[in-house]
Amino acid sequence: MLEVRSLSKKFGDFQAVNDVSFTLKKGEVLGFLGPNGAGKSTTMKMITGFLEPTSGDATICGKSVQVEPLSARKDLGYVPENAPLYEDMYVREFLYFIAKMREVFNDKIEEAINKVIKMCSLENVEYQKLETLSKGYKRRVSLAQSLIHDPKVLILDEPTDGLDPNQKHDVRELIKELAKEKCILISTHILEEVEEVCDRCIIIGEGEKLFEGTPAELKSKSAKGRIQDVFRAITKGEHLEGVAI
Amino acid sequence: MINQTVKNLFFKEFASYFKTPLGYVFLVIFLFGIGYLTFEPGRGSFFYMREASMTSFFKYIPWMFLFLIPAVSMRLWSEERKSGTVELLLTMPVTVKQAVLAKFFASWAFIGLALLGTFPMIITVTYLGKPDYGVIFLGYLASFLIAGSLLAVGGFFSALTKNQVISFILTVCVSFLLLMAGSPPILDFISSFSPKYVVDLFESLSVLNHFDSIERGVFSLSNIWFFSVMISFWLFGNIILLDENKAN
Ligand SMILES: Nc1ncnc2c1ncn2[C@@H]1O[C@H](COP(=O)(O)OP(=O)(O)OP(=O)(O)O)[C@@H](O)[C@H]1O
Ligand SMILES: [Mg+2]
Repeated sequence: MLEVRSLSKKFGDFQAVNDVSFTLKKGEVLGFLGPNGAGKSTTMKMITGFLEPTSGDATICGKSVQVEPLSARKDLGYVPENAPLYEDMYVREFLYFIAKMREVFNDKIEEAINKVIKMCSLENVEYQKLETLSKGYKRRVSLAQSLIHDPKVLILDEPTDGLDPNQKHDVRELIKELAKEKCILISTHILEEVEEVCDRCIIIGEGEKLFEGTPAELKSKSAKGRIQDVFRAITKGEHLEGVAI
Repeated sequence: MINQTVKNLFFKEFASYFKTPLGYVFLVIFLFGIGYLTFEPGRGSFFYMREASMTSFFKYIPWMFLFLIPAVSMRLWSEERKSGTVELLLTMPVTVKQAVLAKFFASWAFIGLALLGTFPMIITVTYLGKPDYGVIFLGYLASFLIAGSLLAVGGFFSALTKNQVISFILTVCVSFLLLMAGSPPILDFISSFSPKYVVDLFESLSVLNHFDSIERGVFSLSNIWFFSVMISFWLFGNIILLDENKAN
């Protein structure tokens, strides 16, 4: 459902993303790993059509983001990095606006809003102004807006960043639940999260894809079964005791 | 007929003027300011003219707009880019062009509302005498058109920078130049080193000349043409600019 073909992005002379390709099928969760500045967010912005790639293309449900940007985006839900929101709006009002923009039918909007409020446990804050919400709630509102039109493809840029352990748990459960019907690309810095929710993962460093495989494969590279050792060995290219890459 | 997406975004943007004090502060300053200037005791004031017309009112409109409109337009895109919501907006099924148009028309409608708020002026002149309603209507039309032009300039500069203060200052400067382009000091200065057609070009670019001509009741197609080209030009620039630097 999501196909990424040799996406590359240059900012001036700086190669932020270099020839990254992968595909993602329905029911799959793909973890996107890499150190700060590796190019995860940049790749995601290109997939969503926000950034024009220097070369390469992405297709969402068979529609090219470059050629048919509007229809490709209809099947897409996106949580941008840092979960930006229109802070002067109220939670329900904001979700209503997104539902309208996402072309949810008028008679289905109420239902859709109630559904995502329940999914993301926003009942306590549904009449609150967004600027008064805590960071964790803002993240969840951002997640809710990405789900309102029931998209087939979800792109989540660090959706659990800044959540407390309970909320992290809830969001992970939600992602697992959603994964049955959708395909999900999720970037994270939390390695346990990859083991818990992802079927596959990709590690990128300095814009290049360095590893693709299942979390189990990643883990098996370390004699002690420590994913963080493997991550360090791959992204820094250094030799670590008991890690074979 | 108008695209549904543009309509949705338009209403959200229009409503946003009434969510922060900014919208109300603007309306209060505009209405009190224009009221004061119109009736202020001095040459050209309403009382001095001794006629039931709104000439003194319309005379001050461009100068009120020069400072108030950039205050409205400065946040159009600067804020979206600074807070990152532009990423949310432009990954929805909406084109940059639609988004620019929706925001522009919402801000224009807001200024239109402010102009409607000056209706007591019409009641006043009607009470005092027999005004020419055609001229009054054209005066409002000219005011609305000049507002559109300055808003389009402001939208452009708010897409240029994330800093609202810079966006405000640039808009005031460029708007001032556009207003003054046809004034004698500027024309004299230009004619000192350029051929006549450059001077004519400058004179024809003057927003104020076109405003004055409509406001005096001399209304021609060339005026409408001028304002349409003016607005389209800056909106087009706005679209290009936003496409270019939305992600920076
Ligand atoms: N608009 C831009 N102009 C210039 N360079 C940019 C721009 N956007 C991103 N970069 C650079 O591209 C590189 C990749 O950035 P990106 O945000 O994709 O990293 P990331 O993998 O998401 O990192 P993090 O884990 O910190 O979120 C960084 O070095 C960044 O400085
Ligand atoms: Mg990132």
